[in-house]
Amino acid sequence: MSVVGQEPPPFFKRGPAPLARLAFFLALSALLLVLDLRYHTLEWTRQAVAIAVYPLQRLAYAPAEASGSVAGYLTTLVAAEKENAALRRRQLDDSRLLLRQNALEQENRHLRALLEMKQRQTVPSQVAEIIYSASDPFSRRVIIDKGTQAGIVAGQVAVDDRGVIGQVTRAFPMLSEVTLITDKDQAVPVQILRNGLRSVIFGNGDGSLELRFLSSSANIQVGDELVTSGLDGIYLPGLPVAKVVHIDRDTTYAFAHIRCEPIAGVESHDQVLVLGRPKALPPAPPEPEGKPVKGGRMRK
Amino acid sequence: MMQPTHSSNRILLPVRGWFIFMSLLAALFLNMIPAGRLPGVPDFVALVLAFWCVREPFKIGMGAAFVLGIAMDVVSAGVMGQHSLAYVLLAFAATGLSRRILWFPLARQALHILPLLLGTQLVMFIARMIAGGAFPGWLYFLSSFTACLLWYPLTYLLLLPQYRSMEKDENRPI
Repeated sequence: MSVVGQEPPPFFKRGPAPLARLAFFLALSALLLVLDLRYHTLEWTRQAVAIAVYPLQRLAYAPAEASGSVAGYLTTLVAAEKENAALRRRQLDDSRLLLRQNALEQENRHLRALLEMKQRQTVPSQVAEIIYSASDPFSRRVIIDKGTQAGIVAGQVAVDDRGVIGQVTRAFPMLSEVTLITDKDQAVPVQILRNGLRSVIFGNGDGSLELRFLSSSANIQVGDELVTSGLDGIYLPGLPVAKVVHIDRDTTYAFAHIRCEPIAGVESHDQVLVLGRPKALPPAPPEPEGKPVKGGRMRK
Repeated sequence: MMQPTHSSNRILLPVRGWFIFMSLLAALFLNMIPAGRLPGVPDFVALVLAFWCVREPFKIGMGAAFVLGIAMDVVSAGVMGQHSLAYVLLAFAATGLSRRILWFPLARQALHILPLLLGTQLVMFIARMIAGGAFPGWLYFLSSFTACLLWYPLTYLLLLPQYRSMEKDENRPI
């Protein structure tokens, strides 16, 4: 094929043959792929490389950051006034609720105490800024400007002022990676606000979400709001996630096809609140002793 | 390495190792600039890697491609091994074809590079589709075309240091 592909004369030392080298590096790459996808054991390598390239990464982001701040400075007065008016209107809307919140919380605590229910937890949170979206075209992730140095760990939930935007999936020393709820197969346990019906919502990878495994006859309507159910012990209960926009009840399938749209500004770049993790749930009760009866699984 | 091309009438100076290293680092830097989901942003690392593999097949090869691939995997927040797999294949093909490609004028060299870059993207595409990634849309492959348009200016830019004359002449521009 070429000079490189030919057998060199023995007095020109060129190391192993190209095909042997190709096989070696391909095997190594394939090994990395399998290890990362299947066993998730390469996080330490990723951490090390991430630390090594962090200065370069920060430098590469600097021009974008500078242009962003200049653009922010040059925003016209009209836009600023409009935004101010909108925020004022929203604040008025919210203040009505906020005024009663303290009283309601107090009341809720008393009622919960009366009913001997577990108290709702409050968790600490911190503000972070989305600095850019990751360049990987096959997933939907954003990078935020706080990392393990600021106490962020993988598994925390990121919300904006309207609802859940995603979950921290990797924490580096200075940055962390948030997988958006619209990422393909990213799952969030939710319930319908109207009637408390529980389900799990999955991202589609194209900016929308889908409620799977709800039967065709399930009590759900277009416009229903979905909030986190908190059953997983990771998401706090009651955070808005998505709104149902389309239901396709085809009775030839066991499950309805339900498309939803995120409530939070998932694809817009803004500031996010990273919520601390709630206290771990008590361990699941042990499986009952003895052999399961035939067909017992069906009756559950 | 000095390579004869069908139109070359001058012999270039030998390339310096640190210049190759710096150009690859600069390409990595360009790839890190956040472009969001803009389609058609070229993969500079693949392009510069292909360039050096074609020009200097004994200096740059699959080892460098593998290391660059690992760095790109981390930077792009993809799966480990995805870029390294594609880059190693690119380096193998580019070194193998280097004698052939250099025989053509620049525009036709770019046409040779296009399928190599498309193949690189296709390898990553297949690897991620098997792993269950989301379909990025057909515009994903646009970046190979924009990258191949850059072949012409890139060749002049990266060969500039080798065009210097052997003896110092104060009156000569380069």
